[in-house]
Amino acid sequence: MVDQKVHEIILASIQKPVVGEAGKTGSWSRFKPKIDLDKCTVVKMNKDVCHFCWLYCPEPIISRTIPPKINYEYCKGCGICAEVCPPKAIKMVEESEL
Amino acid sequence: MADKVKLYDIPEEEFLLPGNRMCAGCGLSLIYRTALKALGPNTIITVPASCLTVLHGMQGFTSVDKISVLNTPFATVAASASGIEAALEAMGKDDEVTCVAFAGDGGTTDIGIQGLSGAAERRTNFIYACYDNEAYMNTGVQRSGSTPYGSFTTTTPIYGKTEHKKNMPKILEAHDIPYVATSCAAYPLDIYAKFKRAKKIKGTKYIHILSPCPPGWGFSTKDTIKMGKLAVETGFWPLYEIENGKFSLSTPSKRLLDPAKRKPIEEYLSTQKRFNRLSNEDIEEYKRYINQSWEYIKSKNLTTQLL
Repeated sequence: MVDQKVHEIILASIQKPVVGEAGKTGSWSRFKPKIDLDKCTVVKMNKDVCHFCWLYCPEPIISRTIPPKINYEYCKGCGICAEVCPPKAIKMVEESEL
Repeated sequence: MADKVKLYDIPEEEFLLPGNRMCAGCGLSLIYRTALKALGPNTIITVPASCLTVLHGMQGFTSVDKISVLNTPFATVAASASGIEAALEAMGKDDEVTCVAFAGDGGTTDIGIQGLSGAAERRTNFIYACYDNEAYMNTGVQRSGSTPYGSFTTTTPIYGKTEHKKNMPKILEAHDIPYVATSCAAYPLDIYAKFKRAKKIKGTKYIHILSPCPPGWGFSTKDTIKMGKLAVETGFWPLYEIENGKFSLSTPSKRLLDPAKRKPIEEYLSTQKRFNRLSNEDIEEYKRYINQSWEYIKSKNLTTQLL
């Protein structure tokens, strides 16, 4: 009986991995990155040559695909991707302009 | 020495899940994401009270996938890693599973230093990674041993801290451990390469990573990478590694041996609100400090070349 309880306590302290542990973090910022596909290097060259946005994003929300896709539901809107983008293809815009 | 890494060498697999509790533009979030990719799924991480505990979530749920993490009390991160490593050795699994202690600068330079020193002295086979955001950011910006000179926190005098930053990599170097490295959040490829290298070495490995913190340092969230790069390019934070006593400067810092190639330190100090109250004398003091630390690096570099 005692062992059962100890077991339950240990199980309760184990944390399950979930997406969105802090809720929908996309609501943290008004501004969201928007990729201009005409300027984006990977789209223009149609091969894996840049993807700085994927590398520098603190969150795993930009995909390493052609074209790069942004998960707006969880994007915190920090603006790092817009800063590091070599051809300046990413602009921070109001959510309504997406 | 760490191998050169290209962007597409970094795996696409993610261990950090979106929607976590880190602030927007957090340097630590970028460091942790990159480091986990280098370490892979066969890793056990111990984390003391720090921003990283916040990332691991409240009871029941976490934002870290596929990796085992143990939350420990503040002073015990290196001690708990020693225990995990001893258990792995007893089970004969220490070759396939990497044990990593991931602590903040408070947990390393102030509270955890005795545990770390003990573990290094015992030659425990683990990686100790210190992400350095230069204050206790998790609890609201209190001064730590790693806070730089003149930086304003809630527990420093009104004109900022009066002492320089504790040089932790130098302390660990004195322990004669096989691998000591410094890195910065603005160079994810460098972080990846150094964690990959540390994973291959047996013995105590120490990696000290500077992590720009937008709310604590007082800059806009979009400038995290810019701040990290400025810290390196002004010569304030040299990137190097010491493997078995052999010193080597990392690529971003190599050309900075020449003082003329370093950016003026004012550029770094003036863009952060925590350095608002710096006087001209303080900036002179910074210049002296940077020159002094590079003199040391020069002497190290020269000895290695002669060997």
